[in-house]
Amino acid sequence: MFESFDATLLARFQFAFTVSFHIIFPAFSIGLASYLAVLEGLWLWKKDGVYLELFNFWKTIFAVAFGMGVVSGIVMSYQFGTNWSVFSDKAGPIIGPLMGYEVLTAFFLEAGFLGVMLFGLNRVGPKLHFLATVMVAVGTLISATWILSANSWMQTPAGFAMNEAGQFVPVDWWAIVFNPSFPYRLTHMVLAAYLTTAFVVGACGAWHLIRKTAPRRAQKMFSMAMWMAAIVAPIQIFAGDMHGLNTLEHQPAKVMAMEGHYQSHPDGAPLILFGIPNSPEKRVDYAIEIPKLSSLILKHDLNAPLAGLDTIPEELHPPVGIVFWSFRVMVGLGFAMLGIGLWSLWCRYRGTLDSNVWLHRAAIAMGPAGFVAVLAGWVTTEVGRQPYTVYGHLLTANSVAPIAAPAVAASLIAFIIVYFFVFGAGTFYILRLMARLPRDPMPELGEGPLRSSGIMPGPAIHSSHANTKGGHHGV
Amino acid sequence: MEFDLPFIWAGIIAFAVLAYVILDGFDLGVGILFPFFPEKHDRDVMMNSVAPVWDGNETWLVLGGGGLMAVFPLAYATILPALYAPIIAMVIGLIFRGVAFEYRWRTRRAEYLWNWAFSGGSMLAAFAQGITLGALVQGIPVENRAYVGGWWDWLTPFSIMTGIAVVVGYALLGATWLVMKTHGDLADRARDLALKCSFATVAAMGIVSLWTPFLEPQYLDRWFGYPTAIFSVVVPALVLGCLYALITGIRKRHDSRPFIAALGLFVLGYAGIGISFYPYMVPPSLTIWDAAAPEESLSFLLAGALVLVPIILAYTAYSYWVFRGKVDPEEGYH
Ligand code: HDD
Ligand code: HEM
Ligand code: HEM
Repeated sequence: MFESFDATLLARFQFAFTVSFHIIFPAFSIGLASYLAVLEGLWLWKKDGVYLELFNFWKTIFAVAFGMGVVSGIVMSYQFGTNWSVFSDKAGPIIGPLMGYEVLTAFFLEAGFLGVMLFGLNRVGPKLHFLATVMVAVGTLISATWILSANSWMQTPAGFAMNEAGQFVPVDWWAIVFNPSFPYRLTHMVLAAYLTTAFVVGACGAWHLIRKTAPRRAQKMFSMAMWMAAIVAPIQIFAGDMHGLNTLEHQPAKVMAMEGHYQSHPDGAPLILFGIPNSPEKRVDYAIEIPKLSSLILKHDLNAPLAGLDTIPEELHPPVGIVFWSFRVMVGLGFAMLGIGLWSLWCRYRGTLDSNVWLHRAAIAMGPAGFVAVLAGWVTTEVGRQPYTVYGHLLTANSVAPIAAPAVAASLIAFIIVYFFVFGAGTFYILRLMARLPRDPMPELGEGPLRSSGIMPGPAIHSSHANTKGGHHGV
Repeated sequence: MEFDLPFIWAGIIAFAVLAYVILDGFDLGVGILFPFFPEKHDRDVMMNSVAPVWDGNETWLVLGGGGLMAVFPLAYATILPALYAPIIAMVIGLIFRGVAFEYRWRTRRAEYLWNWAFSGGSMLAAFAQGITLGALVQGIPVENRAYVGGWWDWLTPFSIMTGIAVVVGYALLGATWLVMKTHGDLADRARDLALKCSFATVAAMGIVSLWTPFLEPQYLDRWFGYPTAIFSVVVPALVLGCLYALITGIRKRHDSRPFIAALGLFVLGYAGIGISFYPYMVPPSLTIWDAAAPEESLSFLLAGALVLVPIILAYTAYSYWVFRGKVDPEEGYH
């Protein structure tokens, strides 16, 4: 008994650890792939060399991040079998085809065109190359669609029946794919990926603006990123709110944990801004709260009654402390992003976008904010649905493989060491790539030879070569 | 007439795994051969010869794993726990070699480290895949929809032998790939290695084939009972044919024939395993039909697979075609 409990805990920790590492890369590469497609499109359209330079600059970074995403993703697709075999046997008939479609429609598309995108500009010419870039971007979005459908089905299962073997059997695929939380989760996650990328690009641009190393390119990056922040952050907050309302409908216990509502509030629940959840005592210590606001947000009525965790059997409570805090981290960062976006609009209006050093410093500080928010959001989602893997139907404790604790412990330690080493090195290389001296193209380069026909504009190739080679190699 | 969906799916999964083995086989093989090419310039060219395609090659492995979970969930749920350590070792190997494709160009000081990661990771992944194969052939005990053996059951002299066989075989694929994709001194040395690897591969195939029939009565029947014994004559004869084409191809300094002949060897070896296995998915416990997912899952994914797999093959072929011909040492975006 004890041994299986340990193995479950270790397997959960291993899953959380590996998937948290994995999500960092897709969150970045989904946004970056679209950004690259936009840059290349702008280059083809406006024939301004600065876009090609930016494209080449971010392309190398994309390649490194994408590689890390792929290898950490392969770990995920085998981990379901090694550690969660009972889950795989039972939910495989539903989750499996969704992930199968992800491979068939997305991973092959990305992989097939990635090579052309990275290496093929002078072999296929700019038009086909642009097509390859677009295909990679579309692939990342399709990938997010399927995997989020799979995850959302586990959160809000629909369209299935059970057979004698205890397996979930698909009945209505439409209902499965478009399960109740899927549209919200997909929107929220894709926006999150775009925001994450915007803040990384923005931080990089700001850093180069402060150092005055490559004014023209840095201005472009920074300005594009700040537009994204200003436009997407408010949409994201709105989407998050909708997502929360959907969760209230389907997974009320999760929202109770997010809000810290141990008790029911028959006439208007307060919004607890901060406090320390105290699960043994069933209360939030040192709470700073605004009366009735929670009812207003969740029910659009100041006095609406709101049920608390006291209405749910104790063994079905999610861990409140983690969910409560991770939710606040995400929301806090969301508002901070909105703040940066609004500030940038103000500076843009005043004409100081390129010169306001404090804005640049703030943007640099917010560089990693997207990653933190994404992780915090996922922790809220996944910890908040405990103790279930398939919500309401399959307990986490009944999903785990019949494995011995030492086996999981050993592999967990191996993953921790390998990940910190490998992905630590990768992060270091990415940072160095971002810091490399971006040579500004001469303004005239935008005209002239670049526009000429022929399979590939020579100068562009050469400058990109010189760039990647000279810029950072020999460090 | 009803279509036998599990059978069709077994065919598709078998195809995905074969595609994986031959495609990733040559690019893992290039990694395995790294130690024989100490020069930086040679290594750059070797790596560039596979850099545009390795990701696509590895996606077949994701299809094999993901597809197995979708259509044979019980097989997925019993094979992976049974092979816990080799699977973890394989993914760790793939992590190291996968990131090396990018990292190796990002540093001069630590380049040697990522050279190690590339070749060590490739060897580890290949060896673990060979062990997996051997352990499957030996058989995996299943009761009540769960694996019931021990954690080290996979480790036997036989599985170590299959591990070595796969490493050698991938090295052969890698060497013949280099013969096809490079020129000059590099190609000459690859030719030399290819020759050595051909003999080693066929010897390893011979040992494994002679050993297999004695592991399970079923295999013995299959290879020495009528009518399937016909295969026992045909398959080895074809193997010898491939070996002949391989060796003359190398001797006559043919560019692509050695690679094609090496692929032929792999297809034959793979067919041999298929002949032994059928109708089992997890020998000797689960047949294809025992392990299959419900009809609704099989048909849903089949509809997509029938349309998408040909499209995938088409654009994969396109991207190979874009990078056809010998690798130009001056090229590459790094
Ligand atoms: C840049 C990232 C980011 C930002 C700024 C926000 N979120 Fe978020 N949030 C995510 C990234 C994210 C995520 C990583 O994408 C999650 C995890 C699972 C999911 O569907 O989206 C998520 C989950 C998630 C959930 C859990 C839903 C569930 O599990 O059922 C809620 C209620 C919200 N978010 C609400 C918000 C609100 C009200 C925000 C306003 C400031 C907000 N999020 C900002
Ligand atoms: C990619 C972003 C994701 C992150 C950061 C994440 C995070 C987590 C965390 C922290 C847990 C542990 C919860 C706990 O033990 O209290 C967990 C559990 C789990 N998640 Fe996710 N998750 C992500 C996406 C997914 C997706 C897309 C799927 C499925 C398709 C999934 C399937 C699972 C399963 C099966 C568990 C069960 C193991 C467990 O409960 O510990 N997750 N995840
Ligand atoms: C919300 C959660 C997830 C999202 C949005 C997501 C998205 C992506 C994306 C966009 C890629 C492409 C590579 C990259 O850009 O880095 C990728 C790679 C991969 N992901 Fe995830 N993923 C998620 C979670 C998971 C989970 C839980 C699994 C496990 C089943 C998984 C399996 C994979 C695999 C196998 C790859 C490698 C694909 C290849 O070879 O090209 N992902 N993922």
